[in-house]
Amino acid sequence: MQKNGPVALIFHVLVLTFVLAPLVIICLVAFTPENTLSLPTTGLSLRWFKAVFEHPDFMASFWNSIWLATLSATLAVAFAVPAALAISRYTFPGRDFLNALFLSPLIIPHLVLGVAFLRLFALLGATGSFAWLVATHIIVVTPYVLRLVLAALSGLDRSAEQAARTLGAGEWTAFRRITAPMILPGITGGWLLAFINSFDELTMSIFVTSPATVTLPVRMYMYATESIDPMMAAVSALMIAITAAAMLVLDRTFGLDRILVGQR
Amino acid sequence: MAFLTLEGVSKEFGTFTAVRDVSLTIDKGEFVSLLGPSGCGKTTTLQMIAGLVEPTEGRISLDGRDITREKPNRRGLGVVFQSYALFPHMTVAQNVAFGLEMRRVPQAERTDRVREALMLVQLSSFADRYPRQLSGGQRQRVAIARALVIAPPVLLLDEPLSNLDAKLREEMQFELRRIQRKVGTTTIMVTHDQAEALSISDRVVVMEAGRMTQVDAPYRLYEQPSNAFISSFVGKTNLLAGTWRRNGASSAVDIGGVLLEASAPEIAAGTPVTLSIRPEKVLVRDAGAGRLEGHVVSRFFLGSQWLFTIETPLGTMTVSTPNQGGEPPAEGSRVGLDWSPADLRVIAGTAAAA
Amino acid sequence: MIARSSTLSAPWLLAGPGALFFFGLVLLPLALTVILSFHAYDHSTGIQNTFTLSHYVTVVTDGYYLEIFWRTLRIAALTTLICAAIGVPEAYILSRMRDPWRSVFLLVIIGPLLVSVVVRTFGWSMLLGSQGLVNQALQLLGFPSVRILYTETAIVIALVHVMLPFMVIPVWTALQKLDPMVEAAAWTLGASHFTALRRVVMPQVTLGMLSGSLIVFGLSASAFAVPALLGGRRLKMAATLVYDEYLHELNWPLGATIAIIVLVANLCIMLAYNRMVEARARRTLG
Repeated sequence: MQKNGPVALIFHVLVLTFVLAPLVIICLVAFTPENTLSLPTTGLSLRWFKAVFEHPDFMASFWNSIWLATLSATLAVAFAVPAALAISRYTFPGRDFLNALFLSPLIIPHLVLGVAFLRLFALLGATGSFAWLVATHIIVVTPYVLRLVLAALSGLDRSAEQAARTLGAGEWTAFRRITAPMILPGITGGWLLAFINSFDELTMSIFVTSPATVTLPVRMYMYATESIDPMMAAVSALMIAITAAAMLVLDRTFGLDRILVGQR
Repeated sequence: MAFLTLEGVSKEFGTFTAVRDVSLTIDKGEFVSLLGPSGCGKTTTLQMIAGLVEPTEGRISLDGRDITREKPNRRGLGVVFQSYALFPHMTVAQNVAFGLEMRRVPQAERTDRVREALMLVQLSSFADRYPRQLSGGQRQRVAIARALVIAPPVLLLDEPLSNLDAKLREEMQFELRRIQRKVGTTTIMVTHDQAEALSISDRVVVMEAGRMTQVDAPYRLYEQPSNAFISSFVGKTNLLAGTWRRNGASSAVDIGGVLLEASAPEIAAGTPVTLSIRPEKVLVRDAGAGRLEGHVVSRFFLGSQWLFTIETPLGTMTVSTPNQGGEPPAEGSRVGLDWSPADLRVIAGTAAAA
Repeated sequence: MIARSSTLSAPWLLAGPGALFFFGLVLLPLALTVILSFHAYDHSTGIQNTFTLSHYVTVVTDGYYLEIFWRTLRIAALTTLICAAIGVPEAYILSRMRDPWRSVFLLVIIGPLLVSVVVRTFGWSMLLGSQGLVNQALQLLGFPSVRILYTETAIVIALVHVMLPFMVIPVWTALQKLDPMVEAAAWTLGASHFTALRRVVMPQVTLGMLSGSLIVFGLSASAFAVPALLGGRRLKMAATLVYDEYLHELNWPLGATIAIIVLVANLCIMLAYNRMVEARARRTLG
């Protein structure tokens, strides 16, 4: 194994600084006792976190986003698992088209999805309902679940399922008792990735939320364009904490580097 | 008495015919091997018996019952997969119990039968381990126990030893045979390893390109191969191309003008033939003695025997002699080769590769 | 591969509900948006039921829109270049590290991908503001303070931060496929470190870098949050322009036109990306 020289290590440290700087500054500023965006020089304070928890709009948006992410990730799993089974287990006309259709939200800019939903909902007269918001998020996060479940299925030894069949298990029993437990890490990883992506989504949501269904990122965006005070930093710090926690779980269940890097 | 019967079974995948018109009758308690190179259709044949692949044509019956279209979970056959196919999220005991659970065997009886099965494969103390905590040989035994515990009428083994290292493989061969003798289950094994097939089967079915080409007891297969492919695939052999000559009562193979006496009553004179002679059937004599002259190109010491490559007027021949303790002929020296004409096997047609 | 003829309907039973859902919520709205982009628009009465190509003509002839498109392309290209300049060497350095550092730093570099873009952009607005850390540092060193926030520079800096993982990931993947000993093998054959890097490592990395560049370019060109928060009112990019047409000007057909142009450009880029991935797969197989 070759070692990195001093120049390489200095470069590496600079890149790390660049990557971490905005996140670190948020976490520091969040603890400021001052009224303006400034580093906590005189002492640490939790007043801005308190302000967030007492801000009804932010709290409503936070719970709204949590529900939205939970529902859309769960429903995305419900769509993606059978679809992945169909795509990986059968050869049938239209298979490639189905695969492309399910993965298409990955290559359509969220902005375009947003305006397209806006048009559809305007024609249907369905703007502003939470159910439609969930539907749009399912579209955006299903590809992530599908990819992970497909990867889990393709890495699966089919003979375990066949063995179960020869031992007397029917098709459904073999799936429930053998296949499902074996691809469970893929499903869990996909659910979490879907949850995070739904929880973070801004660009599409901004077009399809109504005052009653504003998600947390949209609320933050609106807040940031109007006023800037340390409360924004406190919310951001909370979001970083939630994401980091989810990342940790994701890393434990599936291996984060595998999810982000090794998807084939 | 015929227990498992295949009648004209074929399988096509699109335009590719994997198995062509296979008919086979297997008796109760028999150990039969399907032997052939990869892609010969042996695994597909096994999968059709197991119900994992549906035949395009033909009929499979078990104990008089037609099972051709029956689902795998209704056949009740025991299958050991090449990859073992153990359930990774279940313990050894849970793996073995799965088939009994599917049959709704009561809990108490289930425990007893799992214990017996694990005892049979000598894994009693591993019941609570997970497959990933076992060695290759142990996983193999779990797979066998799982297949046998449901008391299947037929046990199907798909390359059961191919994932084991050489030493373990030999051990497991005898182990397999011991278990099969003890339980008495009719067994069909797929393998590409001729030594494996010869050592543990009652009968061997040789398959080439989707067809069955010879069905025989191991020693007969070795001594009387029905074609050049089998003679070179089963054991080592020297293949020499020639023409069949007959002169009254005597007959011989003509190889580039040299006549070698042999007998093959059913072949007509003038036919191109392939002569097969096993390396261990050739005797090395002093130069001048024997039927053929040659010189030693190379020799290899294999412990129990010597392996010679000898250049002769008929071509290069491989000869093996048992190690008698003394120094055999050196490389470059001239030797005479001898054999008994009864050991020459004459096969009609020319070998693809000699 | 159990493909029985009797189960031909099974895949459609499994995938059918999802397919129907995606059909209704992806293809249908997109088709409606394409149609919308051809509807005539009147400022006092709104969307007309007559069809026209005028929005497309406006967008490709009016200097106002052309300037925004040009800026979008410029910023996306610059972001891509800087991402490659930072991401490729960084991926190479990461690949030469030992575990556990290797996995730890890989997570640090690509982990921010999962943090909301609003949060990351907000972090940069604090760093780059007139009283931000960067300006404070400059003043401390005796330089005059500079205006970075609400300039293209700010947009590029934040975009590079957001897009960097998308460059590191494919290059890292390409490097993973490279046997670590081949570089050493080149040295034993007399190649200098630089030659080994250029002749053995670079060819592997180039494909990863190209596919990374396409993704970064595509995502940068359609990015919304960064230009919206760091570009201010005046510095618009394609995505913020669409947002304004829809939610401020209320000229939906014109917004739809721009959105369709962004979509088509993106699909072209992704198609090129797929071609490249397939070509690479063919090369490694054959």
